[in-house]
Amino acid sequence: MTLFLEKRANYSRLFSALSPFLALGLTLVFGTIMFTVLGQNPAEALYIYFVLPLTDAYLIEQIVLKATPLILIAIGLSVCFRSGNWNIGAEGQYLIGGMIGSLIPVYFNDFQSPIVLPLMMVMGMLGGAMYAAVPAILKSRFGTNEILTSLMLVYVAQQFVDWLVRTPWRDPQGMGFPGTKRFNESAVLPDLLTNGEAHWGTVFAVVAAIGTWFMLSKTMKGFEVTVLGECPRAGRFAGFDAKKMTIFAFLFSGALAGLAGIAEVSGSVEKLDDNLSLGYGFTAIIVAFLGRLNPLGILAAGLILALSYIGGEEAQIVLQISNRATNVFQGLLLFFVLATDTLIHYRIRLEFGSSVKGAS
Amino acid sequence: MDLVVIVSVIISVCAASTPLLLAATGELVVERSGVLNLGVEGMMIIGAVTGFAMAQVTGNPYLGALAAIAAGAFFSLLFAFLTLSLATNQVATGLALTILGLGLSGMIGEGFVGQPGIKMEAVNIPFLTDIPVVGKLLFGQDVIFYSSLILVAAVSWFLFRTRAGLMLRSVGDNPQSAHALGIPVIRTRYLAVLFGGACSGLAGAHLSLVYVPQWVEGMTAGRGWIALALVVFASWRPARVLVGAYLFGAVTIAQFHAQALGIPIPAQFLTSLPYLATIFVLVLIARNRRMTLINTPASLSQPFVPDR
Repeated sequence: MTLFLEKRANYSRLFSALSPFLALGLTLVFGTIMFTVLGQNPAEALYIYFVLPLTDAYLIEQIVLKATPLILIAIGLSVCFRSGNWNIGAEGQYLIGGMIGSLIPVYFNDFQSPIVLPLMMVMGMLGGAMYAAVPAILKSRFGTNEILTSLMLVYVAQQFVDWLVRTPWRDPQGMGFPGTKRFNESAVLPDLLTNGEAHWGTVFAVVAAIGTWFMLSKTMKGFEVTVLGECPRAGRFAGFDAKKMTIFAFLFSGALAGLAGIAEVSGSVEKLDDNLSLGYGFTAIIVAFLGRLNPLGILAAGLILALSYIGGEEAQIVLQISNRATNVFQGLLLFFVLATDTLIHYRIRLEFGSSVKGAS
Repeated sequence: MDLVVIVSVIISVCAASTPLLLAATGELVVERSGVLNLGVEGMMIIGAVTGFAMAQVTGNPYLGALAAIAAGAFFSLLFAFLTLSLATNQVATGLALTILGLGLSGMIGEGFVGQPGIKMEAVNIPFLTDIPVVGKLLFGQDVIFYSSLILVAAVSWFLFRTRAGLMLRSVGDNPQSAHALGIPVIRTRYLAVLFGGACSGLAGAHLSLVYVPQWVEGMTAGRGWIALALVVFASWRPARVLVGAYLFGAVTIAQFHAQALGIPIPAQFLTSLPYLATIFVLVLIARNRRMTLINTPASLSQPFVPDR
C-alpha cells in the first residue's frame, strides 16, 4: 500500500474550517486508546477531562484564568509565524516581561498610586519586546537562525529570574522561600468578578485578539505580514522589507508575551516567585496552530488547551491519572492539527497492491 | 595541576560532549538529506527515559542503550510520516515532536524518579587501561563514547566517500533532480530521519546511563537544541561537529568547575554559559556567509512532494 499526495487546484475551504475539529476528534480517539492502556475507563476519564470542568462555575473561571496567558502569547506568535519568523522563545519573553513589570512593586513597595498598574503593564510589554528584540536583531543583522537563539534565551531567562527571586529580590520575611514580597494592592491587577480568580488580564487577551484580528485582516500591515510569510519573493517585489518585518513581528509577540507575564505575576500570583515558568510559552505554540494562526480562532483554542490543563488536574484528583497525560494530549493535538492541515492543500490517495511509479 | 587531574578533567569533558556529538552527527545526516528535524530534544529525552527504564527492568545498561536507539528511531518515524508522507511544515512538526517527547517522557518516567540508576561501567582492557596517565583516557571509557567517535568517522566516510552518501546529499541539494534521476527521495529521507532518531536516542541513553545515571524529568535541558546549533556551527561537516561538540563539552565542564571552586559568580549565571555560548557561536558563524552558503543543503526544510 502506498500513500501519495495530490495537489488540489485550489485550497479547500471545507478542510480549512474543519481541520481543527478533525484534529480534536483524532486526539479524543487516541485519548480513548491511551486511557484503556492505562487501565482506566476511557469514557469516564474523557468525561472528567473535557466535560466535568465545564459543569462547575469555579472550574470555568479557572479555565478562563489559565487561558489568559496562553491566548495573549499565542496571538503574538500568530503574527510571527504568519510572517515566517519562528519565535520559539516566548517563554523567555513572558518571564522577562513578568520580571521587568515587577520592578516598581519590588523596589518601591510602598508606592501606591493608580498609575502603578498601567506603568507595570507597559514595562512588562517593553521587557518582553526588548528580550524578543535580541533574536530579531541577530536575525536581520547577521542572518542568525532565530529558532535557536530565541530558544537559548529561554534558558538564560529562567536562570536569571531564578537568581533574582532567590538572591537579591528574595523577601527577607519569606521564611527562606524564593520569591519577592507580596505586592501591595495598587500593584495587583483587579479581579474581573467580585472575589474571583480571573483578573483583568483576560480583558487584555480579548482586546488583543480583536485588535490583532483587525490588523491582520483589514490593514496594509496585515497584508504585508501574510505576503512576506507566504511568498517572500513577491513581498520583495512589492517593496516590503523582510528585515523590518522580522523586527516588527518579534517586538509585537514579545510585547504580548511580556504582558502575559506581568498580568500573571500581578493578577494571579501577586508576587514574582520561582513558579512563573510553567511552559505556557510552549503550549501557546499549540494554541496558535490549533487556532489556525487566526486571533479569533486562538481565543477558542486557548480555552480548549486551558480546559485540558484543568481537566488534567481533575483527573489526577478523581482517578489518580498522572497529570503528565495532559502534556501528552497537548503534544498529540499539535501533531493532529499539522497532519489534518495537509488536507487543505492536498488530497490523500491510498493505492493498494503494486503501484506503478511514474518517474522511476 | 598535575597530569592525573588534567586527564580526569579531559575524561569529564568527553562525557559531557558525547551526547552532543551523537545527536548532532545524527541531525547532520538528516539535514544533509534536506530535512530539518527540530525534534532532537524530544527524541533525545525519549531515548533517555527508555534507556533508563529498560536498564532498570533488565538490570542491563547495554540493553537499555539498544532500547533507547530503537525508541529514538521509532519516535522519529512520527516526524517522518508527517513531514515526508503528508508534507507538513518541518519546523512546526519538529517542535511538535519535542513537545510530545517531553510530555511522553514525563509520563513514562514518573515511576522512575528518584530511583538510583544503573551506570554503564567504563571498559577495562587488561594492560591497556592500566597504562599510566593516558590509559584511562584512551582505553578506559564507556562504550557509547567510543561509538560516538566511530560514528563521526563513519558518517564522514559515508557522506563524502560512498555512492549512497552522494545520493543522500543530492536529495538534500536538489530533490527534483534526484527524483528525475530515479533516486527515491522520500525513502532516502525516511532512512535519514530514522538514523537521526536512533542517534538522538543513543545520546539520551548516554545521559541517563552514563553521564547522570538517573532519570530526571526534562534532563536533556536543551542539549538537543545545542546539538542543532552545532550542526549549523559545523556548517554541515562531520569533523567540525566533533570540534564543536568538544568545545561545548569543555564550556559545560568549565562551568561546573567554576561552581565547585566557589568563584563568586552566581551558579545560575554559570549555568547560562553554554546557552549564551551557543548564541555567540551562531552569530560568529552567520557572519561568514560564504562558508555557510557553500555547505547548507540547498533544499533544507523545503517539503518535497514527488509528482507522478
